[in-house]
Parts: sequence; structure tokens; C-alpha cells
Amino acid sequence: MAAGGEARLVMRGVSKAFGATRALRDVSLDVQGGEVSALVGENGAGKSTLMKVLSGAIKADKGTIELEGRAYRPGNPLQARREGVAMIYQELSLAEHLTVEENIVLGVEPTRFGLLRRQEIRRKTREVLRHFEHPEIRPDVKVGQLSTAARQLVEIARALAGECKVLILDEPTSSLTQRDIQTLFALIERLKEQGLAIIYISHFLEEVKQIADRVVVLRDGATVGERERAELETNDIITLMVGRELEELYPRSPRRPGETILSLRGLSGQTKPIDVDLELRRGEVLGIAGLVGAGRTELMRAIFGLDSVQHGEVKIGTYSGPASPWRRWRQGAGYLSENRKDEGLAVSLSIADNVTLSRLPRLISPSRQAKASRRWIDRLGIRCQEPYQPVADLSGGNQQKVAFARLLYHDVDVWLLDEPTRGIDVAAKAVIYRLIDELTCGDTERAPRAVLMVSSYLPELLGICDRIAIMCRGRLGPARPVVELSEHQLMCEAVG
Amino acid sequence: MKKPDVASLLKIFGPMLGLLAIYVFFLIVGPSSFASGRNLETILRQTAIVGTAALGMTMVIISGGIDLSVGSLVALSTVVIALLLESIGLNAAPAALAGIGIGALCGVLTGVLIVGLRVAPFIITLGMMLFVRGLAKGLAGEQKVDAPLSSLNHLLATLRPEQKWMLLPMGVWLMILCAFFIAGMLRYTRLGRHIFAIGSNAETARLCGVAVGRVKVIVYAFSGAFAGLAGLMQFSRLTVGDPTVAVGLELDVIAAVVIGGGSLSGGEGTILGTMVGALIMSVIRSGCSQMGLPNWVQEIVTAAIIVIAVALDRLRHRRMA
Repeated sequence: MAAGGEARLVMRGVSKAFGATRALRDVSLDVQGGEVSALVGENGAGKSTLMKVLSGAIKADKGTIELEGRAYRPGNPLQARREGVAMIYQELSLAEHLTVEENIVLGVEPTRFGLLRRQEIRRKTREVLRHFEHPEIRPDVKVGQLSTAARQLVEIARALAGECKVLILDEPTSSLTQRDIQTLFALIERLKEQGLAIIYISHFLEEVKQIADRVVVLRDGATVGERERAELETNDIITLMVGRELEELYPRSPRRPGETILSLRGLSGQTKPIDVDLELRRGEVLGIAGLVGAGRTELMRAIFGLDSVQHGEVKIGTYSGPASPWRRWRQGAGYLSENRKDEGLAVSLSIADNVTLSRLPRLISPSRQAKASRRWIDRLGIRCQEPYQPVADLSGGNQQKVAFARLLYHDVDVWLLDEPTRGIDVAAKAVIYRLIDELTCGDTERAPRAVLMVSSYLPELLGICDRIAIMCRGRLGPARPVVELSEHQLMCEAVG
Repeated sequence: MKKPDVASLLKIFGPMLGLLAIYVFFLIVGPSSFASGRNLETILRQTAIVGTAALGMTMVIISGGIDLSVGSLVALSTVVIALLLESIGLNAAPAALAGIGIGALCGVLTGVLIVGLRVAPFIITLGMMLFVRGLAKGLAGEQKVDAPLSSLNHLLATLRPEQKWMLLPMGVWLMILCAFFIAGMLRYTRLGRHIFAIGSNAETARLCGVAVGRVKVIVYAFSGAFAGLAGLMQFSRLTVGDPTVAVGLELDVIAAVVIGGGSLSGGEGTILGTMVGALIMSVIRSGCSQMGLPNWVQEIVTAAIIVIAVALDRLRHRRMA
């Protein structure tokens, strides 16, 4: 242990119920200063609720929390921040039209006689920003002009501007590139050395292994295990998380690739992709690896008619003509967006509406619509009360299953999946991997389907794909059989 | 729905309860004349214009847009109808259709501009509001246009004794019929679902192959057509074409939709709610004037109702989240 002595933060017997659901059951947690404690668990395991209790967003029903030996009961997030507990949410909460320094002092602006003390603000900002060696971040730059990674750093800077004792990071890397992740980790290391207690929430176990000194596993609202850095093992953690052995996370039934169903010839978009050739056959899963920003999403969007094609040809089945999403659906292709909330789903609409939206009859019978979606709700194990429930009510993993259900309902042949498992828990991932395997195997009733899948998570690509191609700076490399590839090699080529 | 929870029940019946409460309030404190069946008919007649225009506005607001040109379109429609009856000597029915048609045409133009120029609906319809008002004044030569009496004038008139079997004037029936039609359209047709989808998340709609642009044009065309129909009803009451009538009417129309649970951020709203919203405003107007309260009291009460309705709706949302 880094900093000896008593724990910075001590939680004892914290419980919280929402109606009949017991979100937290008697949770105890010790967080040391100068240490990174990772909190892992499936979606719905209670991580978010626990952190909301800590950051003052909700109140616990039972239990005590002590911060540096004193009782800690924040009434709201601002109060929590004043006491030294700051939380960085998955969705960043910066004012885009304000500058970096204005954001950093937002809510705690130093004033004299009601006037802003600009010198003081600038001094404070510089003081905080000295931890951050990032070329984009300068005090007078508007946050709206910064990249996602830089914004996240600003958000952390804002937390540090107050007297921060405990910093909570919720899925901080979900939208970062590999390089930005390393920058972030370097920062976390430095903050740790300064004695800050850091709570790190993540789905990415590889990252957790890299950064955490301790891992605490939550399941069904209770802590089920704790491991020190030295004794960390992925399988062990996964077993704790799901409560059973995950024998085969990546199932791979024998697949028989059939005829070519999607082919790209010299496909170029506005800036990306550049001159892409590709052949996708029935009964195979073709993975596209690469860094965020390499043009993988742009490639998918160009194929699906969401972005305009400058040169080249997309051929689906026997069809190669003008493209629009409407045409693509009709030709038997479906696209799963990487951005569930802003593009993939209309979260204020019901599950039934979201599932059936791409293929509605002219006249609609709401009960038939519900019946059709109930079939996929059962098949995918979507946890919900009824098909009329708004998608916004569901957890991330279940929302993603709804997005999948749309493609199933439409019964498409070409599955274009963009980051299909981003931000969802292991159990939901397992469902999706199994589904992809079943689709590409086909059965007596249905010919095997073809899956083109973009992912930043290399173990997943290596686990379920038959072939993988690497995208780098808008260009797509050749698709090679997965047996010839390794994670190390893929990473080397992606950054090349 | 299998198990409607408290929140969704509140959404459906909230505005209705409000209407009932306000009506009962005036029954108790108001003069006996308020309770008469005749007064009920008057309230409905007064609701017809705002209510009809609000049908189109509900569609627009569900789709995530707004239409500020409604009041001007009502005026244009009265002018066009009066001109056709007077100077060309057209029959009542074709003149009425022309009034609705000119509204629909302007609506199509609005929609095409919004989609084509990718400018916010607020700006485009603000422009259309001024443009159409100008057009109406120009066509009318900046004065009222007299028109010969025709069957159109009976549309919203008090029923004569021999018409009692109709219970309500034609115009009111027309509004009710249209309301059923649009409510059914929103719930049971693909177009209706697409309108909700666009308002809820236009990107998702596009990804799912919804022709977002086309649906928007259709929505504004409906809004224009219903404004034209509201203009026909306005003409029926005025018996002249008046280019300066219905200034600010669009705000009453928007208020009706919003009181009825429509959300200005799109994806939400019901025809039933909108109708109730329009009725609430008429009941307040009628109740206040029968109690001899001055106009400004009505306005303040209506203002309070709008804010309370929306605040309650927000509260319901927060409960759900």
C-alpha cells in the first residue's frame, strides 16, 4: 500500500433501494489516499448508484460514510465537491461556449464586489493546468474547440481546482484513443503520487489491470470480492462479476463462408475512407480494427448511405446504385451505430417503436408491433417491464440489445456493427457474441448472414472474427484470417 | 398498454382533470348562465378556430418543430376566400377549398425551406409569418374585403331552431372529425410513427431509413392546411376577408398544444391533450367574461395555467427519470 495509516474514505453498510429494487445492499468500501481503487461490475451492479451516493447526487437509506475520519453526508454534488469529493461523469458536463479557465472556475468564481477577478482566475487555472501537458489546453481556448480527450482533462482539472481529496472517474476511457488513454493514465499516476485517492470505474479489465492498485467487484448491489494488484487475473474477475464461469465468452461454431454479399471497390468518402476495397461473404465475421479517428465509422456510414460517397462503388447482393439508408434496409443491410444515445436509438420512444422503426407497415396495429418486439425482447433477454416502455428507462446493455433487436426484426443479411459492445457489461456482451455467432452459422430456416464489425477492443475482434482488416488514416489494409494475427501485431499496424 | 402506471395516466388525464376543475370552478362561482347548454355550445364554437389550427401545430411540435406563420395564414385564407367569392363569383365550396389550399401551399413552402436551407423552423416560420401577412395585406389592398353572404357563414353560427338535431355547428363537427382523423393518423400509420421518431431523434430516424425531409414537408403542409381551415372558420364568423385578423393567434395555438402535454423539444404530444388545452383557454375566457371580469384578468389566468401545466409536466418527467 502506498500511503499507510487509515483510509481516506470509509463506507460501512451503505444500502439504497428504489421502490422494490435494492440497488445497494450493505456495501462497505475503503479507499486509501495515494491509491487507485478500481470498481468493476456489470451494468446494473450498483456502481453508478454507489458513486452517486458518494458524490451527493442521491442519499443512501442506511449506512455511514467517513471522509478522513469525519462523518460525510453530502446533500448535493456541490457540497460533495466542497468537501473534496469530485466525480467525472461518463457524459462530460462542460459549457462548450466558455473557455477552459471559465469552465474550471465555474460555480466557484473568485470575485471582488461582484466582479470577476481575472488575474486570480488565470493564476488558479495555470496552477491547476501545470499537471497537464497537453498542447490543446490553454486557459483562453473555448472548450467547444477541444477534442474529447482534452475536454476530459479539463473536466479533471476542474475537479482539482477545488480541494480535491477523492476523485471518481466513471468510464473515463470509453471515448478515448489509445494514445489519449496513456496520457490520462500518466496523469492518474501523477495525481496518485500527490496523495489523491482515486476511484476508477471501468468495463475494460485490461485497463483496470494496468492502472488499479486494488479492484473491488460489485454484483447485484453488493461487494463480492476484492483483489490486490498482484493477484489480479482477468478470468477470476469476470467470474466474480457475472457470478459464474464464463467458459466461452467468444463462441465460434463451425462457419462455412458462402457467396460474396457486400463488396467495395475503391470506395472514398469526403475525407475518409480512402480507396477502400473489401469483400464480405455470407457466413463470416469480418472485423475492422484501428484507432478512433482512423475512418472506420466513416467507412460504415459511407456503405450505409449516411455519408456521401465521392468515388468507388458499394455492391450489396447484386445491387450497386445510389445509396440511402432507406435503400440499404430494403436491400437487406442494417447498421448499428456506435453512438447509441445520439444516433442509434430514439430513447424517448418505446422499445416497440425503436425495434420496428425501420420496417413499419403503412397502417400500424400497436398490439402487433408490441407482439413482434416481445419476441426479440425474450430472445435477447432484454430486461424491461413491457414493450411500450421508453428505451430511456433501460440500462446501457439492454439499450444496446434493443438496437440489435431492430436488425433482427428487420431480418437483414448484411450486419454493419459499429462498436457493438461499447459501454455494456460482460453478460450483455456474451449475449451479443453468441448472437453474432448464431447469425453467421445460419440454420435450416435461414441462410447464414454476413457481419462487418468495427471494434476498438482487440480481444473481442480476435475472439469472434474470421478475418480482420486494419484501418489506418482512412485506408483499409487487406483482410487476413484471424489465426495469422495477434493483439500485439494488430496494435502495431493500427498505430503505423 | 397492459399496466399503465401513475405517470402515464397523469399524462393522459392530467389536462382533462385540469379542464374539469376549471369548468367546475366557474360552475360554482360563475353566474347561472355559464352552466347553460347554450354557453357550452358557445365555448365550443369559440374553440373551433384555435383548436383546428392546433391540430397541425401538434404534428409540427411532435416532429420537433414550430410554426409561427399560423396566424398570418388564417388571415390570408380569409382574404383569399373573400376575394374569390366577391370578384370571381366562385361558389362557396371551391372558395373554401382554395382557402385551405393556399394554407397547404404555404406550408409546403415552409417545409421545403426548412429542409432545403437547413435553417431552424423558428426562423423560417418567423419569416413566413411576416411574408404571409404581407401577402394577405397586398392581396386585400390593405383593407377588409367584403364578400356576399354564402353558406360558409353558417359554419360557426349559432344553430337555428330547425338545426337543433345537429347539436353543434358544422364547424365544430368539422374540427372534431379532423381531430379523430389526425389522432388516428398519428397512432396507426407509418407517417404518424415517423413524425414521432423525427421529433424524438432525427438521427435515429434517418439511420432507420425514414425520409426525414419528406416527412417534415408533409407536417408543415398539414399545419398550413389546418391554418387555412381555421381561416375558413374565421371568415365564417367575420363574413369579410380581413388581412389584419388573428395577429398572435399562433401563440394561443402553441399554448393549446403545450397545455395539452406537447413538448417543444419534440417527440411528445397528443391530439386529445391539445383539444383539452384549447378548451381550457376557451373555458377561462368564457367564465371570466360571464363573471364580468375584465380582459386583463383572463390573460393573467391563462398565463398562470400555461406555466402551471408545463411545470406539472416537467415534474412528471422528473418522477419518471
